[in-house]
Amino acid sequence: MTIRWREYPAAGVYDELVAPGGRLRAAAKMLGQRLSKLSDDAIRQRKAAADLAIQTMGITFTVYSQKQGGSIDRAWPFDIIPRVIPKREWDRVEEGLRQRVKALNLFIDDIYHQQKIVKDKVFPADVLAKSRNFRPQCVGIDPPLGVWAHICGSDLVRDKDGTFYVLEDNLRVPSGVSYMLENRQVMKRVFPGLFENYNILPVDDYASQLLDMLVSVAPKTTKRPEVVVLTPGIYNSAYFEHAYLAQQMGAELVQGSDLFVDKKDRVFMRTVRGAERVQVIYRRIDDLFLDPEAFNPESTLGVPGLMRAWKKGTVTLVNAPGAGVADDKVVYAYVPQMIRYYLDQDAIIPNVPTFRCMEAGDRAHVLANLDKLVVKPANESGGYGMLIGPQASKKERESFARKIKADPREYIGQPMLTLSTVPTLVDSHVEPRHVDLRPFILSGREVSVTAGGLTRVALVKGSTVVNSSQGGGSKDTWIVDETGDG
Amino acid sequence: MLSRVAEHLYWMARYIERAENTARMVRVNGHLQLDLPARARTGWEPLIAITDSAPLFRKLYRTPGEKNVVAFLIGDDRNPGSIIRSLRNARENARTIREIMPREAWEQISGLYGSAAHQIGKDELLPDRDQYLQSIIHGAQTVTGLLAGTMSHDVGYDFLRMGRSLERTDMTSRIINVRSADLLPDQGGGLRPFETIQWMSVLKSLSGYQMYRQHVDQSVGRIHVLEFLLKDEDFPRAVFHCLGEIEACLVRLPRKKKAVDIIMRMRKAVSDADLETLEQRNLNRFIDGLQVMMGNLHDRIAETYFRVSAPA
Repeated sequence: MTIRWREYPAAGVYDELVAPGGRLRAAAKMLGQRLSKLSDDAIRQRKAAADLAIQTMGITFTVYSQKQGGSIDRAWPFDIIPRVIPKREWDRVEEGLRQRVKALNLFIDDIYHQQKIVKDKVFPADVLAKSRNFRPQCVGIDPPLGVWAHICGSDLVRDKDGTFYVLEDNLRVPSGVSYMLENRQVMKRVFPGLFENYNILPVDDYASQLLDMLVSVAPKTTKRPEVVVLTPGIYNSAYFEHAYLAQQMGAELVQGSDLFVDKKDRVFMRTVRGAERVQVIYRRIDDLFLDPEAFNPESTLGVPGLMRAWKKGTVTLVNAPGAGVADDKVVYAYVPQMIRYYLDQDAIIPNVPTFRCMEAGDRAHVLANLDKLVVKPANESGGYGMLIGPQASKKERESFARKIKADPREYIGQPMLTLSTVPTLVDSHVEPRHVDLRPFILSGREVSVTAGGLTRVALVKGSTVVNSSQGGGSKDTWIVDETGDG
Repeated sequence: MLSRVAEHLYWMARYIERAENTARMVRVNGHLQLDLPARARTGWEPLIAITDSAPLFRKLYRTPGEKNVVAFLIGDDRNPGSIIRSLRNARENARTIREIMPREAWEQISGLYGSAAHQIGKDELLPDRDQYLQSIIHGAQTVTGLLAGTMSHDVGYDFLRMGRSLERTDMTSRIINVRSADLLPDQGGGLRPFETIQWMSVLKSLSGYQMYRQHVDQSVGRIHVLEFLLKDEDFPRAVFHCLGEIEACLVRLPRKKKAVDIIMRMRKAVSDADLETLEQRNLNRFIDGLQVMMGNLHDRIAETYFRVSAPA
């Protein structure tokens, strides 16, 4: 009897499994009761079984290490206590995500065409002018079905009162979905009994939905399009995922050198049977490295002429080049306005309140409250270049104040949220640890949203940094249908 | 199958095979020196000749004595043909395509390099050289066995087999070339009994002694050993057999005609060779000719399958 929920500290924060006072939330009740019946040894055994499963399944992520002269594969840190979200709560979130991605795709398409939203003064022209991810090469292009951001990974967090907020949208090459899939596999091995008693929505159909989506956006002329996954190669931190998804879809995993573009702007891959046409490329390479002819001429990762082929419509690139224009933290602040503008609706999932330093009033507020706010650069991802005000030194704050004044367009400020927690195994007892959630939204002929997503957990006590390279781990995410007989 | 993947499989197999062959060659030469009287010892320089690395060796070492030659061939990072470099190259080729090969095979390849490098790091002189070399040979054969037993025998596997077979042909022909000439000193002077030992060691360098005894009804001597190593259809390191292996892989591939033609020419050359009358000088010329054709065969395979370009 090692887990006593009554003693679990769930005050001052929204815990997803345990309400204040140690009462298990309805959807988590059965799980919590099962866990509290496990002995220390039984818990350790499950933990060991999970570690073993991760090892034998080869779930790794790659970390670049200067010391070891290369990159090393590390086992994926996984916590065996799942996060449980009731389906009725999730349904609303899912609806919100569909709404959001729909508006984002309309926005991107508008930006590369008439820019009505700018002309109507809903979206400021100078934000666009200074966007680092706006690609002039994409102006006037019509990707199939008008979809630019085919795969979107939006990061969600819950605040003290349990409300979901969108923290950011990843529209370039969002990663993590393979870990979501593998986490479920591990859980099925470790806690098979729990799945019998719960109605947990499946996630395993992701790869087939991904393939369906990729096929649905193929150039019109092709009946059976050849789909490939384009990876930067084994040294990329997400290489495991690239290989995993290619394998799950039965698609070739190619590198830039495997492809070439001919004089008629068609893309081929080099195979032992000869050159074979490629119609859809799920690319996991950033825009600027895609095509040395169009972007960074130094890039050896990409394929010369790929942009020519894309513009001509002989190949579909997923996500479309230039989709990152909406993947900017200043642009993010305007998503609720976009939803209103394009869909005439209110945003279902709110944004985290965001102060745009480019606006004088907001800037003054941010500068006056640097010790309370989180300040983020507009165009970085992975938590780089941030200032976490309450934890920063005076010197760091002053240095940030200077940066903000020098280039206000590049910074936003947000209040410090108290991220929700989920009970997490520490030795053989449980402690609350902060989590976020990255669902994945696929947009092709149809739109589909993963049931849940990847829950990342900050394994260090009190920390809110969930990145795997910085002490983060992950959990399985259960969307539980309570209306069934489970 | 992607050309890049096929090429990595091909080279991975070649490097594994090269490491194994080099290990065996060094090991057998050590044994040979122990069997020969001091005045008849062939020494270690021939191994430099076999591996075609005299210029590099002379740049790095002063004398071709045992210590230097062994260090050069086993653990010298500066020698691209050393065992350690071959194993590392095999590992690097495997690493970039690890998702397409069975996990156990990748782990074995990676582990083989790891343990080989680790032991060299500990002591350059390798007091247990024989055991060390044996562990390399066994490790390489484990890789070959794992791949044969756990990887689908598909197109990719064919490229692996082609790489392995071509590397074998290469090594067999090199050993014949050097051992039959430079290595064996003048046969006068009462050294005749040792000639048999030397030819036995040639067979052993290619793991062929036992099979020779089983399948060749002749004493061990120049003509019959050469005959066996060049023309035997069943011995896996005989040139004729290896060519058959490569051909069997090619028939399953498209656009194979030019490569198959080269194999046909090589086969004919091998079967036509009259070893009774082929004197040493002509034997060398004959082997040189085979080597050139091997080079052509490799180039043809690479050109056809690895460097695919736009359709005409």
